[in-house]
Amino acid sequence: MRETDIAIIGGGPAGLSAAIYAASLGAKITLIDDGLELGGQLIKQTHKFFGSEAQFAGIRGIEIAKKLIQEIERCKNIELITNATVTGYYEDEVITIIQGADGNIMKKLKAQRIIVATGASENMLPFINNDLPGVYGAGAVQTLMNLYGVVPGNNVLMVGAGNIGLIVSYQLLQAGIKVEAIVEALPKIGGYLVHASKIRRLGVPIYTSHSLKEVYGTDWVEKAVISKVNKNFEFIPETEKELEVDTICLAVGLSPLSDLLWQAGCQMKYIVELGGYVALRDDHMKSSLDNIYIAGDVAGIEEASSAMLEGKIAGLNAAVSLGYRVDNFLELNINLRKELKELRANPLSEKVKIGLEKALIKREVD
Amino acid sequence: MRIKEHPILEFNPGKKVKFTLDEIEMEGYEGEPIASALVAAGVKVLSRSIKYHRPRGFFCAIGKCSSCLMKVNGIPNVRTCVTKLEEGMKIETQKGKGDFN
Repeated sequence: MRETDIAIIGGGPAGLSAAIYAASLGAKITLIDDGLELGGQLIKQTHKFFGSEAQFAGIRGIEIAKKLIQEIERCKNIELITNATVTGYYEDEVITIIQGADGNIMKKLKAQRIIVATGASENMLPFINNDLPGVYGAGAVQTLMNLYGVVPGNNVLMVGAGNIGLIVSYQLLQAGIKVEAIVEALPKIGGYLVHASKIRRLGVPIYTSHSLKEVYGTDWVEKAVISKVNKNFEFIPETEKELEVDTICLAVGLSPLSDLLWQAGCQMKYIVELGGYVALRDDHMKSSLDNIYIAGDVAGIEEASSAMLEGKIAGLNAAVSLGYRVDNFLELNINLRKELKELRANPLSEKVKIGLEKALIKREVD
Repeated sequence: MRIKEHPILEFNPGKKVKFTLDEIEMEGYEGEPIASALVAAGVKVLSRSIKYHRPRGFFCAIGKCSSCLMKVNGIPNVRTCVTKLEEGMKIETQKGKGDFN
C-alpha cells in the first residue's frame, strides 16, 4: 500500500497552502483533489482580494491560484492525485480514493496525518419548482462563465446580497449578461457596500426584505415571482412581483463539506455562525483526533484569504507533529495567528469570531 | 452560447471536437466539462428525476448534486460537470437509475 506523511484532501486555497507549507519543512505530501483542475473556487474568482500584501491583496483569485499551483509543481515532495474523490477513512489511518471518469480506479493510502480541506457546498433554498433547469448555485454560474466562457442564461435573478451574490452579479454584467434584480431576505445588504454601489450604478435593483417565492416553466425557468417578506421571513400577501427571467442564481450561503470528519469520528458541533456542522479544533487547526487537521471552509465558512492562513497553520503543525523541524516554530505560529486575527478585524467577521470561539478546543499548555 | 468579449478574461479553449448527444452531432472544446459544452450548445435538460421524471439541469458544477448524471460512452451515472469532453464521445440522456444496455 502506498504511504505518505500527510494526506491533504482538497486542492483549494486551504489545501494548496497547507501542502506548500508542510512540504517546505520536508514532509512527504499527497494532495488529493476532486476537481478537473486544482485551485478550488479560486480559479473562477476574477475579483481582486482585500487584506494585506502577504494575503495577496489587490490580486485576482485566478492569479493567486496560478501562483499556488506553480509552487506546488515545484515541490518534489508533493504527490498529486487529481480528479479523485476520497470516499472513506478507516481506523488504521487508511483512506480510500476513487479516481477516473467512471470511478473504476480505487487507491488506498496510509497517511500519518490528514488535513481535511474539503471546502463547502452551496445551500439550496426552498421555493416552488426549485429543481427546474436554469436554477443554478452561484459557484456553478462562476464556473461556466469565468472558467469556460459559457453563458449560463440570458436574464438572471440573483438570490442573496451577501458578498458572493454581489460579486457574481457584477461578474455576470462583465460577461454581458443581464441581471434583472437581486433579492435579499434580510432587511439590509450583507456584503461590502462598495460591491453593492457598483452594481446599483449599473442599474440593477437590489430588493431587500424580498425573497424568491416560485418559478414557472415547463422544462426550464421562464418566469420568477418574488415577494416581500416580514421580519420572520414570511411572505407578505399582495406584494408579489413577476420577473421575466430564465436563470436563477442562488447565493444563499454555504455549508461545510464535513462528511469525512463525521466518518472519522471527530467531535462535531452545529455552529450557525460557521455555516453548519464543523469539527472542534485547537488553535493549531487540529481536530479532536490527534492525526486529523482541518482548514478552510470545512472549518467554518469564511473567505479564501482566511482559508489560506488556516491551511498554513494546519500544514506547519501537522509537519512539526511528525518531527519535521523548523527553527522559529513558536514565532511562526504566533505570526500566522496574528495575521488571521487582523484579517478578521472587520465588522463582517463579527459573526464568524463568535462561531470560532464556540468551536475552539482550549489547550492547557502552549 | 459562449461569451464573446470580456473585460478581464481571455478564453483559450482547446481543440474543437465533435460529440453526440442522443445521436445528434454537436461541437465543444476538448478538455472542458461535458456539461459545459452542452450548456454552450443550448442544452438545458441534462437528466430526469428518477420517480417523477422532472427535468434536471446544470446546478453545482462540483460533482456533488447529481443533476448532471448522464450516460457517457455506454457508462451510466457519469458526473458530466467534472468529466472532460473528448473527441467522438457518445453522450446519452439516461432513463431512471441508468443501466449498461
